Amino acid sequence: MSAAWIVVIVVSLATIAIKGAGPLLAGGRELPRAVAGVVSLLAPAVLAALIVTNALASGRHIVIDARAAGVAAAAIALALRAPILVVVVVAAAAAALLRAIGA
Amino acid sequence: MAIRIAAAGGARHHPTLVDAAAPLPAGRHRVVDGVRRVAPLAVAVAAFGVTFGVLAQKAGIGSFAALVFSAATFAGSAQFAAASVLSAGGTTAAAILAAVLLNARYLPIGLSVAPALHGPWWQRLLRAQVVVDESWAVSHIGGGRYDRRLLLGAGATLYCAWVAGTAAGVAFGSLLGDPAKLGLDAAFPALFLALLAGQLRDRRAVVAALLGGAIALVLIPFVPPGIPIVAASAACLIGLGSRGAAS
Repeated sequence: MSAAWIVVIVVSLATIAIKGAGPLLAGGRELPRAVAGVVSLLAPAVLAALIVTNALASGRHIVIDARAAGVAAAAIALALRAPILVVVVVAAAAAALLRAIGA
Repeated sequence: MAIRIAAAGGARHHPTLVDAAAPLPAGRHRVVDGVRRVAPLAVAVAAFGVTFGVLAQKAGIGSFAALVFSAATFAGSAQFAAASVLSAGGTTAAAILAAVLLNARYLPIGLSVAPALHGPWWQRLLRAQVVVDESWAVSHIGGGRYDRRLLLGAGATLYCAWVAGTAAGVAFGSLLGDPAKLGLDAAFPALFLALLAGQLRDRRAVVAALLGGAIALVLIPFVPPGIPIVAASAACLIGLGSRGAAS
């Protein structure tokens, strides 16, 4: 079996297990109130981390490049209340433009 | 830097997202509402799927293997990570580790949606698979509660977009050229920024976002990719003792 297939199969099985663990073990049960207060903040915390890592990380290095500029443009579009698809396109276009002019 | 942007982007009353996420009581949503909420994101996810199809081929993952990968794993960032490790000549173990670390966040995320998923074990296991960052974010109805129908509608839509995108990338990728030139790598964080804006409903959420972003930023140089995101989830602990007041 090729290395690629081993990666595909192992990662798929691991992901199915990771995604399924919570619902399998605690499915359908109300979370205790103390836990619910914590869980409500999970989405903003994880989304912010995804923004930071996707915009600034390159492996283990912090890089400020066209991606960061694209996100800055997206923030402006958001502040101007643009629809989400426009926000995403603005980010991609800003990054592409910067790369095209070699910035 | 991006942290300040995240905060600035978090205009409290963003019309598109906050309206879409207006907290109806649980059980009042329909599957089709989930489809509707996620439709604009599905376009972007399909584009990422195309990108993945292209990169997978460059990384030596065959067409069929790339399709199986998208259909069975359904987690973009992990798949990109695995493909990029392989394409840089990394070992099988390194590719697997990178992908699994990136997906580790689905442990706490899975726990957060667990109360919304009931039924026999195989149904819970199956439904849990449509959880990705975007379907998870749009099905948050406030106060840490998630709506099952929104999640299923949004998740199934994104799943189709991701797999169809991958198929298109595998089939026609050679016509596209370098995805970075199109700025697609900047589209990812922008998508998450837009999702975050819809989540910043009160001050605690803003603090959690700032803290989560800061934790991730500080850790990037010191730990393998994926870990900063998992560590950032600890920021939600500031909600301890606050009793999960409704959004």
